[in-house]
Amino acid sequence: MLESRKWIILLIFSLTGISFLVRLFFIQVINENYKIAADDISVKKIIQHPHRGIIYDRNGKLLVTNVPVYDLMVIYEEARVKDTTEFCRVLNITKEDFKKNLAKAKAQSPRQPYPFIKQLSKESFAQIQDQLAEYKGFYVTSRTVRTYPHQSLAHALGYIREISEKALANDKTHYYRPGDFIGINGIEGAYEKDLRGIRGIKHIWVDAKGREKGAFKEGKLDTLSQAGEDLFSTIDLDLQQYAEYLLQNKAGAIAAIEPATGEVLTMVSAPYYDPNLLTGPEFTRNYNILLKDGNNPLFNRTIQALYPPGSTFKTVQALMGLQEHFLDANTVFPCNQMLVKCHGHPIGGLQNSIQYSCNPYYVNVYRRIIYQNRILQKDSIFTLTSDGDGRIGYEKWQKYMYQFNLGRKTGVDLTHELSGSIPKMDLYDKRYGKGQWKFSNIYSLGIGQGEIGVLPLQLANVCATIANRGYYYAPHLVKGVGKNKKIREDFKQKHTVDIDREHFELLVGGMRNAYRSGTVNPIAIIPDLDICGKTGTAQNPHGEDHSVFIAFAPKDNPKIAIAVYVENAGFGGNMAAPVAALLIEKYLKGKISRPYLEKFVLDAKLLVPKTTEPLNKTPEKPKENPPKPAVVQTDNRKNLNISEKPRS
Amino acid sequence: MRSQEAKINNDFDIWTALIYFLLVGLGWLNIYAAGYDPSANLGWLDPSLTSTKQLFRIGVSVVLIIIILTVDYRVFDTYAFLIYLATIFMLLLVLIFGKEVNGDRNWLDIGGLRLQPSEFAKFGTALALARFMTFQYNNQKNPLLSYASRVAGVPTFLWDWLNMRLAYAGAIIFVPILIILLQGDAGSALVFMTFSLVLYREGLIPNWVLGAVISIITLFVVSLFVREEDLLTYVIIPILTVTLLLIISSRKRTYQSVTLNLLAAGLLIVYVISVEFIFNNVLEAHQKNRILVLIDDEVDPEGRKERYNLKHSLVAIGSGGLVGKGFLQGTQTKLNYVPEQSTDFIFCTVGEEYGWLGSFVTVFLFLALMYRLVDLAERQKDKFARVFGYSVASIIFFHFAINIAMTIGLFPVVGIPLPFVSYGGSSLWGFTILVFIFLKLDAHRESQMERK
Repeated sequence: MLESRKWIILLIFSLTGISFLVRLFFIQVINENYKIAADDISVKKIIQHPHRGIIYDRNGKLLVTNVPVYDLMVIYEEARVKDTTEFCRVLNITKEDFKKNLAKAKAQSPRQPYPFIKQLSKESFAQIQDQLAEYKGFYVTSRTVRTYPHQSLAHALGYIREISEKALANDKTHYYRPGDFIGINGIEGAYEKDLRGIRGIKHIWVDAKGREKGAFKEGKLDTLSQAGEDLFSTIDLDLQQYAEYLLQNKAGAIAAIEPATGEVLTMVSAPYYDPNLLTGPEFTRNYNILLKDGNNPLFNRTIQALYPPGSTFKTVQALMGLQEHFLDANTVFPCNQMLVKCHGHPIGGLQNSIQYSCNPYYVNVYRRIIYQNRILQKDSIFTLTSDGDGRIGYEKWQKYMYQFNLGRKTGVDLTHELSGSIPKMDLYDKRYGKGQWKFSNIYSLGIGQGEIGVLPLQLANVCATIANRGYYYAPHLVKGVGKNKKIREDFKQKHTVDIDREHFELLVGGMRNAYRSGTVNPIAIIPDLDICGKTGTAQNPHGEDHSVFIAFAPKDNPKIAIAVYVENAGFGGNMAAPVAALLIEKYLKGKISRPYLEKFVLDAKLLVPKTTEPLNKTPEKPKENPPKPAVVQTDNRKNLNISEKPRS
Repeated sequence: MRSQEAKINNDFDIWTALIYFLLVGLGWLNIYAAGYDPSANLGWLDPSLTSTKQLFRIGVSVVLIIIILTVDYRVFDTYAFLIYLATIFMLLLVLIFGKEVNGDRNWLDIGGLRLQPSEFAKFGTALALARFMTFQYNNQKNPLLSYASRVAGVPTFLWDWLNMRLAYAGAIIFVPILIILLQGDAGSALVFMTFSLVLYREGLIPNWVLGAVISIITLFVVSLFVREEDLLTYVIIPILTVTLLLIISSRKRTYQSVTLNLLAAGLLIVYVISVEFIFNNVLEAHQKNRILVLIDDEVDPEGRKERYNLKHSLVAIGSGGLVGKGFLQGTQTKLNYVPEQSTDFIFCTVGEEYGWLGSFVTVFLFLALMYRLVDLAERQKDKFARVFGYSVASIIFFHFAINIAMTIGLFPVVGIPLPFVSYGGSSLWGFTILVFIFLKLDAHRESQMERK
């Protein structure tokens, strides 16, 4: 009987063994979580941040580069500081900071590295480096930050900053990770994918004590980091710096384009700021100061401010009128100031109207455009022929404006570009009722006022189109990406305007005269440069009018086309034209022959500072620079997007 | 003499020895793997490796085997009690001169040789128990218990298995348990409970007691897992009560009475309630934690404190998959995430590097060894050899069961090694002596006296 107990015992043994095998089968074969957990625990992913691409100007000068900075990291659990006072002294922090940062490190994760101090100053780094052995749990890592060996071009270059949680959530490519830097604005934003390079990931075994133990799977899963592409910009840094120099103490915008290529030579939005302000540890502080500044230094007026084109708009009106045969060189309109004011000037044909910027002339031109020249004039009463429908004319006019890329994005390689505004008929239908409005409601469009809004860059592009006598390339700031200097396809495409060359030649003649003996302030006339230009005065309901000027030079085979806005500077010929003339001379001759003209421009202080908070700068100072204005200036207007009312 | 040697060659159970060497070899391979550091660039037999030290211990084991196979088989029978007393003496020495390792005072340092006498006490106890069982004994009732039963009017079958014979056998087992408990090594003490399987086989423990013990263990585990009081009251207690009553009433000589049923049910309820009490008030904090991590996922979910051992052990084994990561390719073990990976947690290396197939082979080898030992024990004419054989099988079973159960999260972490496989001299030598003394006895079974 007792022998049979052998079977009970063997049953106990067997059941134990079988239950182990079943349990093991679940753990080892069925449950995948342990395999994932194993890699999570023992494989550390080390991210190798690629070198962000460098940006050069058109002459090979550095616009943006990277410099190494050092972060002091701490692992809370391992942190041992015997002499807190000395530690704080070396790092130049208070004891409260010390405690606060340690608490943050603990809160994040006691075992993970936490940036105790980001971007150590060089002095702190030099000191702490020698003493680091005494402070267990602390170590220094290096990374690079953007730096600018000059203080210019902040708007066009843009900046990079740590990616926001929102952007991270919206990133459909899932490339970015928390803590990554991303280009926000300007070239940094537009060429983010080229500049950022490809992040490398190294998989490394770490043992239970956190020591690295060689490559995971012989590095099969590792990816090498690939440096970002360098960019070759079209910007001429010397011209840029000079343009900024001229716009000190003013608000406004300058865009200069090489007409033959569409390359943007200079792009200034004033007031501006030193791009180095948005790189250092003081990024957030500086950014908030700039953001709150009433003069909107962060705002890139060249592609975001909608100004009325003013009289510079007469150029495109004339061209359309000529092409549509509503006008010819000899068309004369009386300078009848019933609708709009004018300034005393000789009466003449089309070139004369450009030279003296005759307002009534262009009201008439615009009327012909709108009514397709089908108006019969009987004893100063206008009668419409049956097919002279204003809606058809308006649509046609819109098409011409679009051809000049007005009311359309220029496609410039910057982020956040606006499209400007060529008003749609809906606007007037809404305002006045369909069929209830007529030419007298919109005539101010014909002289570049009213509901129309152009960007300074668009105006420069119009100027380049005139300089080319009928075509343009989309303005762009980068003409080469990477070693092969690839250019974006859309910048190689020639855009032609459906206007005959002869009409342009006619207009250009008028513009030449306008500069030499027309509406331009005589102080700004530099005869040997062969400048052709057109002044404009953009009405500003908030204060003094804005001074506008477009110009290109030389007349034949032009090298530069420029649009200048100086806010609150009055007549276009008065302030914008001198600025443009100086820049053209600087670009074509490399020097300034009229110091008094420069002084005239610099003396105009049209901006009242609106911030008193000092901006902190990074310790590294750029070298070799022309005299520079104070970083932020101010004016007293609230709103830069101005919707102008027509003159009555 | 010559004829005796020939007999050994014929009757020596080569299969058991083969499994023994397979397990020892498996152990050595995994100890080598557990200590392998790819960056260290050491030779296979570098003296600084734990596996090399283990190889030396395997060498000593071979010497022990030769000695055991050479000496007269009657020595073990004759000197059983002497050996038992010697191991008890060693245990006492540990109490006085013992060396503390990992919080337990269970090591003895003899001229640079570190021994764990509790490993040898198992074999001493097995010998003594086997020798004791050969004594002819009147199945005398304990007069005190008999008296008490008459007074209380409780059915006699509840204690008719309690007699002086069982009391002496129990004493042989409990003396080393007490000393080892005094050393603070609860795990090793627990191992001696396995002798109850031997007593069961020899009829000193009846079937229903075994059934009751298994039920109680099951109930203990269940009541730990089930925290909902309602479930406890309305589902589990009734089910278990009915089950237990069925077991009791299935006995032929059952004393059916309402008193008994009520008594059993009442005891069960008291028992279930007391589990909670024992758990909260008797167990020490670290023991409680080791149990808590098994039953409560909320305890240290990150696996940084209480769950650390369990988590990394499970991850190592679980990441092995079906066929494992391959020899020397284990990561969780190699990178030292698994604690005590060459000793108590050696099974993690097996699981990680050879996967489920490796686990299967290991479990299979142990089962085969235990089956074979039980078979051999049953073919003994001599009771001494049989009891000793069952003891060997039971001790191996207990180590195997507790060790693997703990690595795969079925049992609280208790520091006892996996026989033959784990790193450590005392453990290997202790098991070697157990197995080969039995094989020696088995080889001489024809010439043994009949003492059944």
